[in-house]
Amino acid sequence: MIEERTKLVHAFGALAELGQEVANRHNFQETIRTSLHLISGALGIMRGGVARYSRYGHELNMLAVRGLGDDFPLSLSLCLEDERQFLTNGLNPIETSHARVLPFFQVYDRSFESRRIELFVPLVIRDEIVGAIFLGEKATGETYSSYEKEIICAMGRHIGVAVAQRNLMAEIERQTAENRKLFDDLRTTYNDTVKAFAAAIDCKDKYTEGHSVRVGRYSEIIAAELEWGTAEVEGAATAGYLHDVGKLTVERKIINAPYRINAKESAELNKHPAVGYEILQPIHHPYTDVPLAAKYHHERLDGRGYPDGLYDREIPYIAKIVNLADSFDAMTTDRPYKARRQAPDVVEDLKRNAGKQFAPELVTAFLRGMLREISGDAKDKKFRRLLGREYMETEGMVPLLRKTLNEMKPTSSLTYIAASVGGDGPRH
Amino acid sequence: MIAENLSESSFENSSNTFVVHAGDYLNKLSGEKIERECKIRLEQGCKELVVDFSQTEIINSIGISILLGVIDSAENLGAKIIFSDLNAESIELFEMLGLTKHVTIA
Ligand SMILES: [Fe+2]
Repeated sequence: MIEERTKLVHAFGALAELGQEVANRHNFQETIRTSLHLISGALGIMRGGVARYSRYGHELNMLAVRGLGDDFPLSLSLCLEDERQFLTNGLNPIETSHARVLPFFQVYDRSFESRRIELFVPLVIRDEIVGAIFLGEKATGETYSSYEKEIICAMGRHIGVAVAQRNLMAEIERQTAENRKLFDDLRTTYNDTVKAFAAAIDCKDKYTEGHSVRVGRYSEIIAAELEWGTAEVEGAATAGYLHDVGKLTVERKIINAPYRINAKESAELNKHPAVGYEILQPIHHPYTDVPLAAKYHHERLDGRGYPDGLYDREIPYIAKIVNLADSFDAMTTDRPYKARRQAPDVVEDLKRNAGKQFAPELVTAFLRGMLREISGDAKDKKFRRLLGREYMETEGMVPLLRKTLNEMKPTSSLTYIAASVGGDGPRH
Repeated sequence: MIAENLSESSFENSSNTFVVHAGDYLNKLSGEKIERECKIRLEQGCKELVVDFSQTEIINSIGISILLGVIDSAENLGAKIIFSDLNAESIELFEMLGLTKHVTIA
């Protein structure tokens, strides 16, 4: 009787330790190995193994083995009949010598016999087989008593839960990876659609072919120069690509007019930011502010822009970026009524209008990006690709950019109030 | 590295007999190192393995499992195992779990 009690105390100690081990969940492999030790040590079992069940492969794959030798299979197949019987049996030890009717025990009979596997415990958790425990003979040579089987059941439940949790985690990880892939696919699709849209917008305006695409690229350069994150830089590019989407509703002859348009035509054209906002606003964009960039890309820091005549801080930041990119493209491409200006002249213009039309820190960022490319620090020659080498890398550009950047000290946001001279902004 | 350290501190060699100091390594997963080392010695022809428990106070289930692993290897290779300096509680536990049927208590 005393011996029985000592045995129980010892076994319950192991059970408590196993519960803690499973709850702590440091490392799954170690948890399983420890579990096998605890079962073996609790009841004095010579050898055994713990396996995880693969529902897809219909096989038990060994996670931990003790004393099973090199010949014991590490992967054991179950047929449907075995599966059904184990589910009916539940998490209870099966004596291998009494279960020869099942295909599983017929197939692996010799392996079980040679390693003296006496008990097989299917780990059934919530009506699902998650694994199994194989147990060899006891060191005493006696058969397993019913109380020992009870203890094995209790320990088996802990191990089964650990395996089920692990399976669940693996499934969640797989789904997360799949979701991420799906999200990436969606983003790619969105970006491709945006580019296709930009091309469509540009088609309407034969004199400014490629304008939206270039504004997208310049906006991207500015955002990257501000050290924004990848998604934000992509958002800035998108805002640039789509800023003139409202032009789709403006009559083609106004857009393509080879002369300076009159007031009425101008009023018609000036609706395009608001129209653009109406078009973009109902769409769910992965990046914020794309509709606002369209709405306010003709606003100026000094309040002399349109449609709302907003001042500096009232203008969304992304709209300021697109405005700078848009103006830069207007100055650096030929228009029906105006040839493009030379690069040094454009740099001077940006500097002169910093604080009036443009946010000074954006001009600085843009010029810094330009300097890095021309002076050879940047590998990716974005400006060269968009404007040509001869145009951008003209003599005196590097010293000019250096000088300009030096001179452009941080400007007070109030400077523009005193300013009376307007900038040479884009004309649409 | 660790195995080498263990063999220096835990193993003594005298002809075909090896003495293993169980210490308190046994009661953790790290005890598997002792088991592996014993197995290597047994495979190298060691015919008598002495496990010294003089520095061991309590033996838990992991410790028992490791010792059963050592016993299993020794029996497969026809070697003898001697447990020395066991305290009374441990002897009682070993008797209860059947370990004493496989080893000599000294
Ligand atoms: Fe515009």
